[in-house]
Amino acid sequence: MQTFTRPEVEDFLFHEAALLDDWRLDEWLALFTDDARYEVPATDLDKDATPERSLFYIADDAFRLGERVKRLQKKTAFSEYPRSKTRHLVSNVRILEPGADTCRVATAFVTYRTKGGHTDTYIGSSEYALVRQATGLRIRKKRCVLDLDSLRPQGRVSILL
Amino acid sequence: MKDISKVIKLHVDKERQLFKVPRTSFVDTDVFESERDAIFNRCWLYLGHASELAKPGQFVTRTVAGRNLIFNRDAGGKINAFMNTCPHRGATVCRDRAGTAKNFQCFYHGWVFGSDGKLKDQPGKESYCEGFNDQGGADLVPAPRHEAYRGFHFIAFDKDIVDLPTYLGNAREYIDLVADQSELGMTILGGTQEYSIRANWKLLVENSIDGYHAATTHASYLDYLKGTAGSLAAVGIVGVGRDLGNGHGVIEYTAPWGRPIGQWIPAWGEQGKADIEKIVAGLGERFGAERAKRMALNNRNLLIFPNLIINDIMAITVRTFYPLAPSFLHVNAWTLAPAEESAWARKSRLENFLEFLGPGGFATPDDVEALQQCQAGYENLREAAWNDISKGMGKAQPAADDEIQMRAFWTEWNRRLTRANTAT
Repeated sequence: MQTFTRPEVEDFLFHEAALLDDWRLDEWLALFTDDARYEVPATDLDKDATPERSLFYIADDAFRLGERVKRLQKKTAFSEYPRSKTRHLVSNVRILEPGADTCRVATAFVTYRTKGGHTDTYIGSSEYALVRQATGLRIRKKRCVLDLDSLRPQGRVSILL
Repeated sequence: MKDISKVIKLHVDKERQLFKVPRTSFVDTDVFESERDAIFNRCWLYLGHASELAKPGQFVTRTVAGRNLIFNRDAGGKINAFMNTCPHRGATVCRDRAGTAKNFQCFYHGWVFGSDGKLKDQPGKESYCEGFNDQGGADLVPAPRHEAYRGFHFIAFDKDIVDLPTYLGNAREYIDLVADQSELGMTILGGTQEYSIRANWKLLVENSIDGYHAATTHASYLDYLKGTAGSLAAVGIVGVGRDLGNGHGVIEYTAPWGRPIGQWIPAWGEQGKADIEKIVAGLGERFGAERAKRMALNNRNLLIFPNLIINDIMAITVRTFYPLAPSFLHVNAWTLAPAEESAWARKSRLENFLEFLGPGGFATPDDVEALQQCQAGYENLREAAWNDISKGMGKAQPAADDEIQMRAFWTEWNRRLTRANTAT
């Protein structure tokens, strides 16, 4: 049985961050499984909140995540055209519940978004459900919980966290 | 106070059908100060919804026009609005966002207030005279005025303001069309969208009731709907704009997106179709076919002057916002839903909301960008001084993508600032 090691998981997450910062969004999307979810809960919700009952900022299934990536590459996604500069820092990586071919991973993140003379900071923790497939690690779920009181002054989550 | 008559003067030419707003009004600090006194201190302002305080003792803390408030339901079931400051030395009494409390205790010197705001206890009571609080001066201070309409609670800082129903006037009809969507009561769902925009607050007023910008600003959202199987009904964007008086305005129109209260889209399947038909039949029994159809199929973007938006579109958003500076505003937005709707309808409603609305949606971030780009444009106001709000001015009945509802806002804005300016 193969197990997950932190260096392997870190390499994968750092690669994910680099794809986002380089705006290689199709390659980023390819890191997700066909049944993936990507969520950013509102900042005043409890930890166990679900998007079926509460209002999130983002609650994408694989289809909507694909559409999000498609949209972000259009010139009509005005919030991100011209593109902002981003830097995704990923740290405090812990492997929780490692299984044979799946594991849960907890990370801390700081993401900077710079555009139009302003640099906004997104701070939080991410929880991943990773799965090992023939082609390598894939993300089945990514949930980013912001350590913010509100989206002030950021105003939006128009980038991918 | 400085004379601001020049920087708030509208250019209205009925003959040439022109309505222009000076760009100085978006950047001038004297206008910003005057708006605080003549508008935010003199209008009914939205505080919260009764459904947020379902049980006795429930409270939320909230900021309204720069003031900190406690909005709570006391042990006797009454809904209150208290200034969140200790009558003793001023410390914030309740520092939680939300919760349930029989009492509020100020942590500084330990004064204790009941959920009805009355002083209940003070450490070292014996050092105060007997009857110290006979006049109630050591109780929590209530908001100067507090009234509710159909579950929407408002406060005002002007003791002499007209009563809320009179203030709301013709806008009540549109609040009713939302409030009537549930027999059990409309309810605010968990998850508040609190964000900010680096722009003047009046830009968000206009944007929230703007039927003209969707095709361009939200082209990528409309592309998404077009590209998603079954997400559009065969309905065009057609409707009217109205000046409701007192600065309130509305656009009412049909649109192709699904409405969980009554417009089915193929993506919702046969189960969804049956559910929607049942909801619409229920509305018909309660209100008759015509009104039921209006509630089910029509979208409404409603402005209650100066800063409450109730948009009943692909979901319902209740949104309020305040300027912290001429070029910076804070937004609070919630979503409202019928308490009795099925798990399926609730899920669809929430998905509809976050696909379009809110800081992570496919549309709102582009509105934020547009507003910030307008604000940036006003740096050029010395050379390019006027905004144009003329669209549809010559029509007997302006359309939903015209601008009569914005002219209603600007006319009232100008009337209030002019009156205050003349008085000083």
